[in-house]
Amino acid sequence: MSDHVAAAPHGSMRGYFIGFVLSVILTAIPFALVMGEMLESRVATAWIVMAFAVAQIVVHMIFFLHMNSKSEEGWTLVSLVFTLILVVITLAGSLWVMYHLDSNMMPEHDTSQVP
Amino acid sequence: MAHTLANQEFDPTVFHQSDEADHAAGGSTLLGFWIYLMSDCLIFAALFATYGVLGGNLAAGPGPRDLFDLKLVAVNTSMLLLSSITYGFAMLASHRNLVGQTQGWLLVTALFGAAFIGIELFEFSHMIHEGATPQRSAFLSAFFTLVGTHGLHVTFGLVWLMTLMVQLGRHGITVANQRRLMCLSLFWHFLDVIWIGVFTFVYLLGVLR
Repeated sequence: MSDHVAAAPHGSMRGYFIGFVLSVILTAIPFALVMGEMLESRVATAWIVMAFAVAQIVVHMIFFLHMNSKSEEGWTLVSLVFTLILVVITLAGSLWVMYHLDSNMMPEHDTSQVP
Repeated sequence: MAHTLANQEFDPTVFHQSDEADHAAGGSTLLGFWIYLMSDCLIFAALFATYGVLGGNLAAGPGPRDLFDLKLVAVNTSMLLLSSITYGFAMLASHRNLVGQTQGWLLVTALFGAAFIGIELFEFSHMIHEGATPQRSAFLSAFFTLVGTHGLHVTFGLVWLMTLMVQLGRHGITVANQRRLMCLSLFWHFLDVIWIGVFTFVYLLGVLR
């Protein structure tokens, strides 16, 4: 146990560079898509931008936060998965419930003003 | 103390280990800090959900398209991304026991972080100057809370960075300082991950809407 800190996972120069280059690419493309208005469909652009965000978060997790299934005997990954489940419930649940409240409870003249 | 006395009497109803295994000081710090970060993640999830729900309620005030300058956000994003890799260089230097180099990279990281905060404050003051204050609409309240909370985290990260630079200067790269560097590394990269969510959902999707 005494060499615990020294045994903690840490990156290499190569790992940080790969992570950095991937992050730059995964950041530049969504910014270019939105700023240059490259796609006709806004909905398609939104989905692509979100997909890039997820990809970049995974890149950061692996190359910068050094996540793997072995660190702390797997407990970091278990707590991450648990947190992600809660995050998805919080986000999806809030948006879903509030969207339906909004569309079902608001008087007609108010909903027409919502852009 | 009471339970150690009970253990010495070999109470047959006690099933746990009478002697705790010897843990090195700080052996569980990193896991504990990781769990703190996960709880922080839930705070941001709540703020993102609030923004998602209220983001369209402009109250006839200015909207994302009128307020957000994506060029500025792109510069800001690159500041944070650069600070992430320079923090990585500081970690690599600390693994090789190079105190001066570690401090140097930490200073570079702090400068990028300070630039990020500076640009964000400039953006906020510009918006407030134009009348887009947090009180103006639900969208702006949610925006300032979410982005401001992230900015506050980065600010505290900067304070921590400075403190660690002084600690390194005084004590060198000890086991304790190495552990602190690891914790701040997690914190700093975690904030960059949150920023990915902010620039995607708040800025890019806001301008698209």
